[in-house]
Amino acid sequence: MSELASEPSTSSALLLKGVRPYGEDPVDLAIQDGIIVESVGDDAEVIDAAGLVALPGFVDLHTHLREPGREDTETVATGSAAAALGGYTAVFAMANTDPVADNAVVVEHVWRRGREVGLVDVHPVGAVTVGLNGEKLAELGTMAASAAQVRVFSDDGLCVADPLLMRRALEYSTALDVVIAQHAEEPRLTVGAQAHEGAQAARLGLAGWPAAAEEAIIARDCLLAKQTGARLHVCHVSTAGAAELLRWAKAQGVRVSAEVTPHHLLLDDERLATYDPVNKVNPPLRTSADAKVLRAALADGVLDCVATDHAPHAPQDKDCEWSAARPGMLGLQTALSVVVATMVEPGLLDWRGVARVMSERPAEIAGLPDHGRPLEVGEPANLTLVDPAATWTVRGAELASIAANTPYEGMELPGRVVMTMLRGRVTAHNGKVLP
Amino acid sequence: MAPPISGAAEPAGRRELLSAGDVARTIARMAHQVIERTSLDAQDTPSVVLLGIPTRGAPLATRLATRIADFSGQTVATGVLDVTLYRDDLRRKPTRPLGATALPPGGIDDRLVILVDDVLFSGRTIRAALDALRDAGRPRAVQLAVLVDRGHRELPIRADYVGKNVPTSRSEEVHVLLTETDDRDAVVLDRSGGGA
Amino acid sequence: MKHLLATEGMTAATATAVLDTAAGLKQTLLGREVKKLPTLRGRTVITMFYEASTRTRVSFEIAGKWMSADVVNVSASGSSVGKGESLRDTAQTLAAAGADCVIIRHPASGAAQRLAEWLTEAGTSVVNAGDGMHEHPTQALLDAATLRERLGELTGRRIAIVGDVLHSRVARSNVHLLTTLGAEVVLVAPPTLLPAGVERWPVTVSHTLDAELPSLDAVMMLRVQAERMHGGFFPSAREYSIAYGLSEKRMSLLPEHAVVLHPGPMLRGMEIAAAVADSPRAAITQQVSNGVHVRMAVLYHLLAHEEEVA
Repeated sequence: MSELASEPSTSSALLLKGVRPYGEDPVDLAIQDGIIVESVGDDAEVIDAAGLVALPGFVDLHTHLREPGREDTETVATGSAAAALGGYTAVFAMANTDPVADNAVVVEHVWRRGREVGLVDVHPVGAVTVGLNGEKLAELGTMAASAAQVRVFSDDGLCVADPLLMRRALEYSTALDVVIAQHAEEPRLTVGAQAHEGAQAARLGLAGWPAAAEEAIIARDCLLAKQTGARLHVCHVSTAGAAELLRWAKAQGVRVSAEVTPHHLLLDDERLATYDPVNKVNPPLRTSADAKVLRAALADGVLDCVATDHAPHAPQDKDCEWSAARPGMLGLQTALSVVVATMVEPGLLDWRGVARVMSERPAEIAGLPDHGRPLEVGEPANLTLVDPAATWTVRGAELASIAANTPYEGMELPGRVVMTMLRGRVTAHNGKVLP
Repeated sequence: MAPPISGAAEPAGRRELLSAGDVARTIARMAHQVIERTSLDAQDTPSVVLLGIPTRGAPLATRLATRIADFSGQTVATGVLDVTLYRDDLRRKPTRPLGATALPPGGIDDRLVILVDDVLFSGRTIRAALDALRDAGRPRAVQLAVLVDRGHRELPIRADYVGKNVPTSRSEEVHVLLTETDDRDAVVLDRSGGGA
Repeated sequence: MKHLLATEGMTAATATAVLDTAAGLKQTLLGREVKKLPTLRGRTVITMFYEASTRTRVSFEIAGKWMSADVVNVSASGSSVGKGESLRDTAQTLAAAGADCVIIRHPASGAAQRLAEWLTEAGTSVVNAGDGMHEHPTQALLDAATLRERLGELTGRRIAIVGDVLHSRVARSNVHLLTTLGAEVVLVAPPTLLPAGVERWPVTVSHTLDAELPSLDAVMMLRVQAERMHGGFFPSAREYSIAYGLSEKRMSLLPEHAVVLHPGPMLRGMEIAAAVADSPRAAITQQVSNGVHVRMAVLYHLLAHEEEVA
């Protein structure tokens, strides 16, 4: 069932027997020298994969690996391990490190570390503005041309709030064929904000983060993208209103894509009643009505993909009073299970849909040629095997990340990643990383 | 505030020690004793104060004062002294609600205070009352009047005026019933066990 | 009762019990020269005030001392907190030093609740003396005590809370407690100073003070903080005062028996006219004196008993 018959070695020939691609009919999948092939010889490693669903390896457009600068919470190595265990074969590491990834030197460091660790393809995201200060464009071209080949740029953590600067960034990006990913938050509307502006925050006495602060920026940026013909990506969409804006923008032909986090699919602001800062995140957990709309929007494609916004934090930044806590939640190892719980089990997505939102669309948005590919002969063997019937209990201390700030602590979640394969090499198997 | 005790039919193990008539006669006798020992009727302005300890000490003090007025023609000041805040056993029980405290006009300084309670048992309530009195003023002297003394003192405290001495075992309970709080006047002995 | 963190969720029975105890304590101490009760002798109460406050801190200190508890005051500045020690570490240090009760005022909403969780093992009781914008339960209790004295039963009484409701923990605590005790609450404020979702609170909302005055049994004026005047919540102090200030003229629109309350400190001439604050209708000094008795009652209910094992 969920146990593979033998410990897969690093042999170059593998046969996955009885696996179900996209949850469909069982086949024997043969892999040789990192490619899916027609067949392999009798000396190939045989793995009993009966009952397991095979999907293209997941691609996370939004992860914080905290290196350089906060290696006490996560490193490229530990973050890669978490990613591999979560079924990811590629992750995009956000630029809000210390120092900020706004130049070729930092992005090349992160990229190189990713290759050294070798568990997942780490693609550094470059900052849009120098130092994330929102004033001056960073050297997008140099970063794109560097060894890291940066294709996604974002000031995430902060919003590119100046409309003129955002316009320039979008215009400039069209020559580089890269995408600008916006953290949509009008800063003047969220000064001192602690929680979604609504009934729950009012009751708890927490300063509000209005939905309009997110939606106003999305509306503005879609219009700017329309005018400039640039590609825009919207990070962590969290409100029903935002989903409606994106529907309109796409109907207008705007080249916009959008991601949603697992936590915004499952959780809502009712959880804030305990004031436990494990639930504190930016953008904040919204209402259950918003979560419902987000799930429907992911199902029908208005929201293109799931991105974790994996945000490790040290204990002292979470084990404190709410307003002193930093926002952010772990997400890499729990993403697939949350998607199963919120989308597959209620019948909103089938496994083809999961492949689309967790792998194909993110790979497309980021322009990755080798990920999110069909599970067919001739394609690179970047894939994930999932046991759809298994469940597991989340324990922050047992996750691969150095930090343990998961909101799902103690929850039993459905679906388990059993094996992850990067170019034919098994990187994670049965909850263990294979370096 | 002790709940009113209904004695419609005496439950098993309960015995009536004093009837309503007995209670009235006892209070009358105590009133005479107070008048005699304090020389009340010889004073122009009596400096005696009766302080009842809630719950049932309060109506007892009022009744005692009425009888004293009947027999001596003297009006004796009465008041109520709640001792909850001075108890030494608060931390052993759930939160106790406070009773009323009302000192008579003129206070208690330089006066003879007679504490009035229904049952004298371990003596701890009276000890708490003495502590409460100390913070309320400086009486000239303090005496104690109880309707029933059931023995088993845990402190060196004795009553000056006793309505009835009732020898008991520790596991028994003595209840005074008064129409102000219960449905009749009586003193009953319960053999059902349990503490005070 | 183990902690007093909020009036939200407090039953009418519990609230009434505390208010009755406060009244009993007031009665007991009336006219006494020696204002001292031995009830909490040997208990250690620590006040931790992370926000400057003289009146509330002194009120709690007096309350503890009149009950014979040992009261120690810790203020944020000039302590280890100023050196960056976390709230959690500070609290656990004080509990380990032997505190039976910690009284906390903190700028973060939810701080008292978090503190109660961290101190569960130590068994220390926590009293919320004001956490951010969330709750200030002893203020609501002393307001209710004052209203009970002046108006008798609160059931069916119509009470207005006027001013910056959005940022006010006093308003939130009072809404919960007054509605629990059966009163009808009206919130009067400009739209910018009302919280999102207030339509779902068990209150009436009004933007016009004059319309409400004739039907009120009490009006509670909230302080308008200086910061709000620069946050664009209303155009000017003058316009605010004209629309929402309790002037002498407005006071004359109130029914004869109506009571005026203010949690203090007052901004005379802004939310309340000097003459109103000094009039016999205003129960402000009563509020302060009741504050001591109410806080004594709270400490009594928290510390002078054996906790029932659930």
